[in-house]
Amino acid sequence: MANNQHAAPAPVGGSLVSALTLTCGVLIALMVAILAVRFLFGLGAVTALNDGYPWGIWIVVDVVIGSAFACGGFSVAMLVYIFNKGEYHPLVRPALLASLFGYTLAGAGVIFDLGRWWNVWNMYWPTSINPNSVMFEVAVCISLYVVVMWIEFSPVVFEQLGKREAKKKVGKAMFFIIALGTVLPMMHQSSLGTMLVVMGAQIHPLWQTPLQPLLYLLTAIAMGYAVVLFESCLTSSAYRRKLETHMLTPLAKVMLGFLAVYLVVRIGDVVVRGALPKAFVPSVEALMFWLEMASFIAPLILIGAESNRRNPAKLFLAGILLMLGGALLRLNGFLIGYETNVGDAGGFTYFPTLAEVLVTAGMFAIEVLGYIIITRRFPVLPREDVQAAH
Amino acid sequence: MGTRREFLKGVLASGAAATACAAAVPALARETRPRPPEALGLLYDATLCVGCKACVAACKAANDNPPEFSTVDHLWDTPLDTSGHTFNLIKMYRNGTMEVKDQETNGYAFMKTSCMHCGDPSCVSACPVSAMTKDPVTGVVGYNADKCIGCRYCVVACPFGIPKYQYDSPTGRIGKCELCRHRYKDGHYSACAEVCPTGATLYGKTSDLLIEAKRRIALKPGQPARFPRGKLGGPDQSYETPAGKYLQHVYGEKEYGGTQVLKLSGVNFAKVGMPDLPPDAAAALSETIQHNLYGNLIMPFAVLGVMTYVAKRNVKPDEESSDKEDI
Repeated sequence: MANNQHAAPAPVGGSLVSALTLTCGVLIALMVAILAVRFLFGLGAVTALNDGYPWGIWIVVDVVIGSAFACGGFSVAMLVYIFNKGEYHPLVRPALLASLFGYTLAGAGVIFDLGRWWNVWNMYWPTSINPNSVMFEVAVCISLYVVVMWIEFSPVVFEQLGKREAKKKVGKAMFFIIALGTVLPMMHQSSLGTMLVVMGAQIHPLWQTPLQPLLYLLTAIAMGYAVVLFESCLTSSAYRRKLETHMLTPLAKVMLGFLAVYLVVRIGDVVVRGALPKAFVPSVEALMFWLEMASFIAPLILIGAESNRRNPAKLFLAGILLMLGGALLRLNGFLIGYETNVGDAGGFTYFPTLAEVLVTAGMFAIEVLGYIIITRRFPVLPREDVQAAH
Repeated sequence: MGTRREFLKGVLASGAAATACAAAVPALARETRPRPPEALGLLYDATLCVGCKACVAACKAANDNPPEFSTVDHLWDTPLDTSGHTFNLIKMYRNGTMEVKDQETNGYAFMKTSCMHCGDPSCVSACPVSAMTKDPVTGVVGYNADKCIGCRYCVVACPFGIPKYQYDSPTGRIGKCELCRHRYKDGHYSACAEVCPTGATLYGKTSDLLIEAKRRIALKPGQPARFPRGKLGGPDQSYETPAGKYLQHVYGEKEYGGTQVLKLSGVNFAKVGMPDLPPDAAAALSETIQHNLYGNLIMPFAVLGVMTYVAKRNVKPDEESSDKEDI
């Protein structure tokens, strides 16, 4: 590894006030207002949740999908530190920052959705915990991982504050923190899929399989790289920085590798379990399945060729498509393919209210705003000779 | 210079991982759990039910639940389904001209909806904080609001759609039938069975109820037979009436490994809201996967050991590169 070949990270600088940051501010204010109503009057006051759909977008989008989008830090750290690909080192900090926000907010977002949030300490209380519960494992791993990521990111803060001693101390333990930072996401990202298993036949056969943990892990890793493609291209264009194509091109190849393995497992599983015919029954589920599959397969076609992987626009699009595929896998499993298994059912429908959508938008706004503030003020992105970002 | 020390550390890490793996119990499937031998439950016989809903009212009273209205005049408690405030409901099946009771075509039938008290409940497996528990003796699936975090995983997990959350309150709880376990100390039993005028809902030990259920489905339709009421094995409140026309299926005998509430019906169970369930509980599969991956944290620690070893080799403290520009 040779990180000295890369420019050291430096704050981007520039103004924090822009149309984008102001929009984020407004969205965050709306979210706070809606949450006030939610905490005063209950979940029913602002959400469309009901007895047939006890989980809505606050869980499925903000937590299940949101945390998978936040796998960039883990995917890149694994590549750099475990597979010793030092050439990707400059991608670590920005990816970690995005993950840090994604996970911290996913963790905080759970609280909004908890109907009895003041009891949440039971999740860590020895006489209350239930190790048989998949959710227990997910919750504990995510909590730990958020702490681990803040430690992983702390050198950036120490560096900016000029606390060299503190930075040095953390640096000495960093190898262990990094190791923890790869194991914990592997554990809970796979378990997020396992959470579906106990729901049994309430999950449509296209999304119900004992292989859930493998499917969710593979897509989380691939989505991690996809998010880096997305985020790197977006940052470069927004801050008018040089594109990082030289790193993104080979990174995309790694992403396609994980994607290819995933597709083999996914298609094999659907075929072996005999669920494939369900994909040809005219239904919302079948349509969503094909949309999901198309989103996963499209990146292979789009940037399968090396020459196409040098095209930043195609990398960006492939990243978005893979993110969409992973998001759909989760949305389909947890919401579209979920049906409360009671005979005449049908009476239950769920479509998020505007308030629910605004809270989700507010969460993403915090991520975007936080990313902008920190990259402009803290040494996250590699230093550029020409700083054009204002 | 650090390479040998790192190597030794790596050896230690892998050694620890290997020891841990060797100590691991071989991957085992967590079998579906049967009902406890002394399990308590209910037998609901749709052919005896007259749809009076006395059980619905008694359940409301026993659990201090408010009425729920579905009509404009708000005169009577008229819930359309179980909810966070309605733990027991009699639903009606209607078909065609609705001429004959317990007949699938041109008939009608009743079905009780309440907790089945599964032998291997999904809600108990799902609950991260042990707020949903299964009594080891009575097998009653009970709820503890003081632990509950309101995540509603139990609601999602239950194949019968039973635990339900009170969305209308900022301090909403999960509501479900607990077989009136809070009334046992006063000598009472399940309110629904206590008040049932026809014995359509019968309380007792599930093992006894299962024998009773099998006796009934063996009866010839129309044949006069005695039917107990209230509590099986309690004071004799039985009466004689012609036997109904039963499906040869005791619902709950084998579903998900067996439930403590059993049901008899003349109309196909799926048509009256009881799902077709396999003999293996989803909780068993979920916990098999979970424990094989994370049992005693053996796998995570083994992977962590390997990762730590590799990371130790590859991670150079950041400040060295910025301070001395080496490495």
